[in-house]
Amino acid sequence: MIFKGVDFFPHGTRFPILEYRKVFVGLTLAAAVLSAALLLTRGLNFGVDFKGGSLIEIKAKSGTLDVVKLRETLNGLGVGEPQVQAVGDSEALIRIGQQPGADALAESRSQDAANKKVTGSLAANFDIRRTEVVGPAVSQELKSTAVLAIIASILGIAIYVWFRFEWQFALAAIVALIHDVFITTGLFSLLWYEFDLSVVAALLTLAGYSINDTVVIFDRVRENMRKYKKMEMVDLLNLSLNETLSRTVLTAGVTAIAVLALWLFGTTVIEAFTFAMLFGVIIGTYSSIFIAAPILLWLGVDRGAIVGEQKSDKATAAAKAGLP
Amino acid sequence: MSMLYFSRLYQAMILGICALGLLLCVPNFLSKDQFDALPKWAQNKIGLGLDLRGGAHMLMTIDTQQLRKDWMDNIRDDARRTLREGKLAGSPSVVGKAVEVRMANPADADVGLTALRRMIQSVGGSGFGGAANLKVDKGSDPGVIVIEPSDAGFTERVSNAIATSIEVIRKRIDSSGTKEANIVRQGFDRILIQIPGVEDTAQLKELIGKTAKLTFHDVHPTMTPEEARRTRVPSGFKIFPAVRGEFATEYLLKETAVVGGEDLADAHGAFDQRSSEPIISFRFNQKGARAFGEFTRVNVGRPFAIVLDNTVLSAPVIRDAILGGSGQISGSFTAESANNLAVQLRSGALQAPLTIVEERVVGASLGQDSIEAGKRAAIIGMIGVAAFMIFAYGLFGLFASLCAALQIGLIIAIMTLMGSTMTLPGIAGIVLTLGMAVDSNVLIYERIREELRNKSSPLKAIEAGFSRAYLTILDSQLTSFVAGLIMFVLGSGPIRGFAVTLTLGVVTTIFTAFTVTRLIVSWWVRSQGTSKIEAPLSYKMART
Repeated sequence: MIFKGVDFFPHGTRFPILEYRKVFVGLTLAAAVLSAALLLTRGLNFGVDFKGGSLIEIKAKSGTLDVVKLRETLNGLGVGEPQVQAVGDSEALIRIGQQPGADALAESRSQDAANKKVTGSLAANFDIRRTEVVGPAVSQELKSTAVLAIIASILGIAIYVWFRFEWQFALAAIVALIHDVFITTGLFSLLWYEFDLSVVAALLTLAGYSINDTVVIFDRVRENMRKYKKMEMVDLLNLSLNETLSRTVLTAGVTAIAVLALWLFGTTVIEAFTFAMLFGVIIGTYSSIFIAAPILLWLGVDRGAIVGEQKSDKATAAAKAGLP
Repeated sequence: MSMLYFSRLYQAMILGICALGLLLCVPNFLSKDQFDALPKWAQNKIGLGLDLRGGAHMLMTIDTQQLRKDWMDNIRDDARRTLREGKLAGSPSVVGKAVEVRMANPADADVGLTALRRMIQSVGGSGFGGAANLKVDKGSDPGVIVIEPSDAGFTERVSNAIATSIEVIRKRIDSSGTKEANIVRQGFDRILIQIPGVEDTAQLKELIGKTAKLTFHDVHPTMTPEEARRTRVPSGFKIFPAVRGEFATEYLLKETAVVGGEDLADAHGAFDQRSSEPIISFRFNQKGARAFGEFTRVNVGRPFAIVLDNTVLSAPVIRDAILGGSGQISGSFTAESANNLAVQLRSGALQAPLTIVEERVVGASLGQDSIEAGKRAAIIGMIGVAAFMIFAYGLFGLFASLCAALQIGLIIAIMTLMGSTMTLPGIAGIVLTLGMAVDSNVLIYERIREELRNKSSPLKAIEAGFSRAYLTILDSQLTSFVAGLIMFVLGSGPIRGFAVTLTLGVVTTIFTAFTVTRLIVSWWVRSQGTSKIEAPLSYKMART
């Protein structure tokens, strides 16, 4: 007798998910419009990677850190108004804006001078834990590379999905993917969380993760299309969603556990990254179920083509398995 | 063939890969003494990135405008010499991004053009028929010849400047006692410097940032800078500012140096024997000693100027001919600045100033905290995932957890083999991989449950679970692979470290989650001793 685990997730469910598709798509559209509005009016709280300037992480050598006093000290240095963000009792992040200069090189030089002033005034009472300085030229490049990376990975994934499935599937999957990336970016604008390189890494990972769920569901849809040739498309999609529901939710759960561990026990360096991932796992799962499938329904799939594929597919599978 | 059949050879291969992988990661977990006790060939482990061990990352850009300006000045001087050698009268001057040569007699234009065209060199050394570094053509005005640097020529110029700068920086950093600096070119006009263990970059920047171009100049015999300003700076002369505290605030010096820093054989910081002021004592090489000796012999009783980066350090009067080729420079130094300058002089001058455009410094204490945090997150994540998997799938969940642990071992092994470094985002990638890896097991096990519910025999259910989930696993992993690959290609720094572990995670998932789990399951099936095994996973029947 072995321990077989607990099959705690309800099976054989027949949630009529697609009947509420208008609700979910409406919700999503609202979120997308809100994101777009936020991004257009408010923009993102870019970190030093994309905005330029400096970030200095300090820790009090002894006792706690007095944020008010620290702010006063920093404001008296003539380097603009550095932002101070307390982390715990004894640590703080200081952000110094891009210092002015005649050209990019001069800006870099005056930034360096400003940093020297700040670290010099703090060195007696604080340990300088980390300094990040990004000049205007580099921040512009990082920005354009980040945009390029996001577009390239979405395209790359799109090409792969298109290669593996019919175009309707690919299109639905990509819309769901863009939805995830877009809404997560919108959330960063809403919460005014710092948006830096690591968040871009999270967005790319999220793209790879989110498409997983969608691909698994679509795999099942295709399988069921061959199995139930007469079933209405909406019922078939509902069936497929329900059949894969336990897997979708369980996987999201497991990944969330891993990311949660990073979020709770990581450092300030990866906080933004893990937050984006955590939200990404949730929204990625949501979009696979509630967005990708309705879009597929609207686009319609040429069922004849898929059923026709079946024979050749079966033949290759049989050949692979060495069966007659 | 059955999904659960493994030939002996196949089993041996799988086990071999696992054992090899685990062996390769062992050195990463040994203490320093234990690691040093290993034979040399086994001393391979993953290096820690700067964010974990602490250190400085500096991206510097070379001043290409300065390079262009210097080149234009060179071209002008070359043109002047070429005309003189060809006994032609003409005056070259820098106009914008070109040098214009105005021939005294416009009729000489053709002869001048032929002569000046001899200055053209092909890019990438001669004999390869590469592009020309200069374009020499007649200008629109009669008697004017325009010399214009080509893009290819300038690119080569920048490349050379970067290459020598890297050499110079390496020498400077090495002689300051800092070890393990990694200095490489990046992009067109940048140099990336990574130095582990350095927390205070101020001194380093002082050392690297200065061009340290040292030159010795003749002072104008009669005219003062004020006079020159009032009337006209004589051709071939230029006004140089002096360092503060020097006798005069500026000097009128001959533009071309008598001798320069490239002819120094040695330089070091010292103290003046009489005034005990910090000074730099230096020695010329043979060529420099000869030129300097000759100059001082002719000019006894007159001053000469020692110029550093276009600023006069001092202008002593020559008392005797200096024939030995050695001397000293004074000029309000501190012991530290004298030492720094000596290092810079020994290492050679930079062709143009370097400016820091990106700097990331992590203190060792934060690095240590990050390692601790990373370890903690990884262990807790692993326990959490394992607990979840065992709760949901029992014994099979345990198998999956073991495979996930094995997978982390394999990722570390491959990174050890590749000689890559571990960064905090890298650790995040590994933890994330954990979640994604067991996803494959979730897929398989859920499928098995489904088959069981459809009244398949346990054995058939297991087989179908693996075979049906295979393509899905491949699909889902490949999409992550695409994302990881793009991150690696386009990403920099932190993103790249993350991309490495994520991509390795994808590659190893297919092996551990699919193949190794299947092997373990096949052993379990065989251990039951009968083909009528009990269902390995609990399942509720569907509600109707």
